[in-house]
Amino acid sequence: MHVSGDGRPDPDALLRAAAQEGRGRFKVFLGAAPGVGKTFEMLSEGAARKRDGVDVVVGVVETHGRAETEALTRGHEIMSRRAIAYEGRTLREMDLDAILERAPRLVLVDELAHTNAPGSRHPKRYQDVEELLSAGIDVYSTVNIQHVESLNDVVASFTRVRVRETVPDSVLEMAEIEVVDIPPDELIERLRAGKVYLPHEATRALSHFFSKSNLSALRELALRRAAQAVDARMLDDVRALGLGGTWAGTDRIVVAINELPGADALVRAAKRVADGLRGPWTAVFIETPRAAHFSDMQHQRVAAAMTLATQLGAAVATVPATDVVEGIQNFLVDARATQLVMGKSRRSRWFEFLHGSVVDRLIRDTPGVTVHVLPVYTEQADRERGRRRPAHWGTPAGYAITTALVAGVTVIASALFHVLNLGNVGLLYLLPVMAAASLYGLRTGLFAGIASSLAYNFFFLPPVGTLSISNPENVISVVVLLGIAVATSQLTSRVRAQADLAAASARTNATLAGFLRQIAGVNDIDVAAQMICDDVRGLLDVQVVLLVPGVGTSLEILAASDASYHLGTMDTAAATWALDTGMAAGKGSGTLAASEWLFQPLKAGGRVLGVLGVAKDSTANPVRADQLPLLSSLLDQSALVLERLRLEVEMRDVETVRTRDRLRAALLSSVSHDLRTPLTAVIAAAAQLHHGAPPELIGTIESEAARLNRFVANLLDMARVEAGALKLKIEATDLEEAVTGAAHDARRALEGHALRLDVPPGLPLVRADPQLLHHCLLNLLDNAGRYGDPGTEIVIEGRNRFGELRLAVMDHGPGLPTGREKEVFETFRRLEGSDRAIGGTGLGLAIVKAFAEAMGMAVEAANRDDGVGATFTLVFPSGLIVRDPAPEGLT
Amino acid sequence: MPAKVLVVDDEPAIRRLLRNTLIRAGYTVIEAGDGRQALHQAATEHPTAVLLDLGLPDRDGLTLIPLLRTHGDAVILVVSARDAVDEKVTALDLGADDFVSKPFDTDELLARLRVALRHHGSSETTKKIVRHGDISIDLDRRVVCRGDEELHLTRKEHDVLAVLARHIGRVVTHERVLAAAWGGEEEPRVEYLRIVIRNLRQKLEHPGPVGSVIANELGVGYRLRSDA
Repeated sequence: MHVSGDGRPDPDALLRAAAQEGRGRFKVFLGAAPGVGKTFEMLSEGAARKRDGVDVVVGVVETHGRAETEALTRGHEIMSRRAIAYEGRTLREMDLDAILERAPRLVLVDELAHTNAPGSRHPKRYQDVEELLSAGIDVYSTVNIQHVESLNDVVASFTRVRVRETVPDSVLEMAEIEVVDIPPDELIERLRAGKVYLPHEATRALSHFFSKSNLSALRELALRRAAQAVDARMLDDVRALGLGGTWAGTDRIVVAINELPGADALVRAAKRVADGLRGPWTAVFIETPRAAHFSDMQHQRVAAAMTLATQLGAAVATVPATDVVEGIQNFLVDARATQLVMGKSRRSRWFEFLHGSVVDRLIRDTPGVTVHVLPVYTEQADRERGRRRPAHWGTPAGYAITTALVAGVTVIASALFHVLNLGNVGLLYLLPVMAAASLYGLRTGLFAGIASSLAYNFFFLPPVGTLSISNPENVISVVVLLGIAVATSQLTSRVRAQADLAAASARTNATLAGFLRQIAGVNDIDVAAQMICDDVRGLLDVQVVLLVPGVGTSLEILAASDASYHLGTMDTAAATWALDTGMAAGKGSGTLAASEWLFQPLKAGGRVLGVLGVAKDSTANPVRADQLPLLSSLLDQSALVLERLRLEVEMRDVETVRTRDRLRAALLSSVSHDLRTPLTAVIAAAAQLHHGAPPELIGTIESEAARLNRFVANLLDMARVEAGALKLKIEATDLEEAVTGAAHDARRALEGHALRLDVPPGLPLVRADPQLLHHCLLNLLDNAGRYGDPGTEIVIEGRNRFGELRLAVMDHGPGLPTGREKEVFETFRRLEGSDRAIGGTGLGLAIVKAFAEAMGMAVEAANRDDGVGATFTLVFPSGLIVRDPAPEGLT
Repeated sequence: MPAKVLVVDDEPAIRRLLRNTLIRAGYTVIEAGDGRQALHQAATEHPTAVLLDLGLPDRDGLTLIPLLRTHGDAVILVVSARDAVDEKVTALDLGADDFVSKPFDTDELLARLRVALRHHGSSETTKKIVRHGDISIDLDRRVVCRGDEELHLTRKEHDVLAVLARHIGRVVTHERVLAAAWGGEEEPRVEYLRIVIRNLRQKLEHPGPVGSVIANELGVGYRLRSDA
């Protein structure tokens, strides 16, 4: 790679380049309008490639009965289509699986913007193409300019024909684009000659659509789009090579999404701005307390706009804030944005007078940011206004209590009327008004205001007993009562909304924090998976399953929130798709939406570790749009946890293998040493006996053979420990008996030493496996005999101390290296300073430790207090000590 | 006429070793390399004793024990490299007279064989008085003496010592001792047995080393040492 100066390759561009490796090449024949000859061009080029020896097939081609086009298909291998029954008709769609299986080098796929019949794998043909490309198959395809997502609005604005089938810009950005261009006049000529098949959508506004001015405009758009694609490719190359320089990249674009119709148009506009400025862009939704009262329609609109933004290549964010302007401003600062795209909603002058225009405030208070303001659709928005917010009428109880309060005040005021003046009575009526407004909201507050003013008027304002007001000044009192009701209710509802919002976000944060804290300590992947399922269920009130790749291509269910979940074929297909592609699939997503479940990939470290499926019993989308940020945080965290556990397992595996290798090497060296040494002695001694050698050699044979036997016993014991095949037969055991038995069996190893048994017969019995205990003692005695200086005493001392029973074997010798006493219990460990010639494998003490721990005892190694040797102690905790049996059993 | 011993072992080297040892000790020896041969030899040669290896090529040696028991009255001494305590107990329960673990001490093997043959024909000694060194145990009168001095034993100590004495020289499993001494009581417990044995040792062995009169067979049972 050529890197000059301090230009560093742009990692994103490199990643894109890397992603292209192994993928098929993608070429799109872009036309300005139907009839320009895209299909013809595609087939011709396909034929040319075929002549070059390339393996070309036709995936799907619509010839619309045109003879020239038909003739061109004849030389090609045409894949048969898949029949899909839909509402009594049979639709014939491209057979994606057949093509994948056929695996040609190049496939021709007409009409990129086509919408597949329901029940197909993907709703859109461009998604099929995407899969073909991923499989490494080259694809040629065709599309008209009005189907390009970001130009959809622009085209509709001058042709007055809106097409529903669109192709995301990101798809076109992957492609090499060839514009199929004929002059408008020629196209109109072809149209007149009946050579153009007209799509259904266009017939309506046919005459208008094919006007010369429209065709010119479309042609310009097509050419510009192609130029842009070339530009983008060049930029990618430049970035990948690190030839940076001064290309524009300083602009960051933010688009503020709202819940109004036309939010998608905002996104497309932002995309155009971003493309024009070649800057990264982000779609942000400011979640104010108002969002809690959104209708489903409004939630969906926001979610759709966000999804569209993602498809068009934007980053998305949802930011909670109490005020839209503040939220946007903070986000602009955080994102270091230079451009803001937002919609201007049609609000009444009155509303703007009261609340201030969001746009005006933003433009005024946000220096350094260019603000693009787009009008949003109004006709739908106006229609919706009436039913946008369900009126908050309050509760009957609220009205009843308010009425009672007003009545109560009236009674009290009547009783006190002789000491109060009229104005003070008016003040008294403020109490029910404020109470009702703050407790039950605006309408009840207004009701209280009206009721209070009526009561005040009727009972106190002269002329008393009528609703007429004689003194005009008293009108003010009535107006004030009503005004107070409005102001109080507004104030309290805002405070309450803020508190709700704060509580909601605190809840979310607390949940996330709790989830993380809980799961941080988990070391078992099954436990973690179950925890994830349960938590997601608890938070979102959905059924949850967690799937991971199983053996081969199958999926394995790691955990589920409910035992009674159901995964059908369609669901499994969606899960597999999500796992394979790392993209969401299933209900509410763009892929396999017929599934009952929505599957989201768990991605970490650039790989998909599993998929999380959520489902809800109702037919609604499993996850509401406003819950998506929470879900995605949970998914991210879950993925990280799974990744951590996976890495830990991997590390453990590596560590295990390493340890095993080390042990194997140590075993081989020690086996060859410890088996051969006594065998050599035995063979040599036996040979000497042939020649009538002195009889003391018989002793050599005996002791060496005993040593061999001891070693083999240890190997067997160790094998049993390693295989986990230790079967304990715990019974009450007399330590004195155990010690004398061991001393007897170890007598050969103890030759040359004096053995002193200091085990008082009054010691309590202990629970132990007699056989294992015997082996422990044998090894400890063997060790003492080997490392104790010749002629010295070996002591076995049993003591009952502080509720524990301690059985110590003490030798008289060099002792253990200070600070490293514990290491003697490691397998094959012989501490430095211990002479190799002494023999022994380092197995013995490891067996002592393994056996003792299996029986619930502890072992300790230390130097003697008097510093003349080592002490090894078996510690029987109080739980292993048998209380003296009832004397009745003994007599 | 010298006692005839059948050696059952699939290893020729072990058979040769046992043959040499036994012939030197004055026995007649016949051999078998697998279970089938062993049964054939037992049926035709009527050996007085069988030294039986449990790891045979054609069948588990344990299954031979009941067959040998029904086809004759030979003493069965199990000689096995297998370490499992359960198997020793099973062998004894199936009717083996004793067991010796490989690798064995030939002197010990011969001693065990001698003891087993001495009590040949009856599973329990018929003697009224059993002796070990200067200790005499009068089974009928329930009196235990060291020299002329009578030792005072509790009832349980008597019961335990009596069952060991009736099988003197041979191992008696824990279950059998418990059944004999605590048989009528529910849930006999090994810890009682341990304490009783400890007390018996105090009285019988002192001041000698632990195990000099009552030997412990690890995990299997106890044996009252014979003077053999």
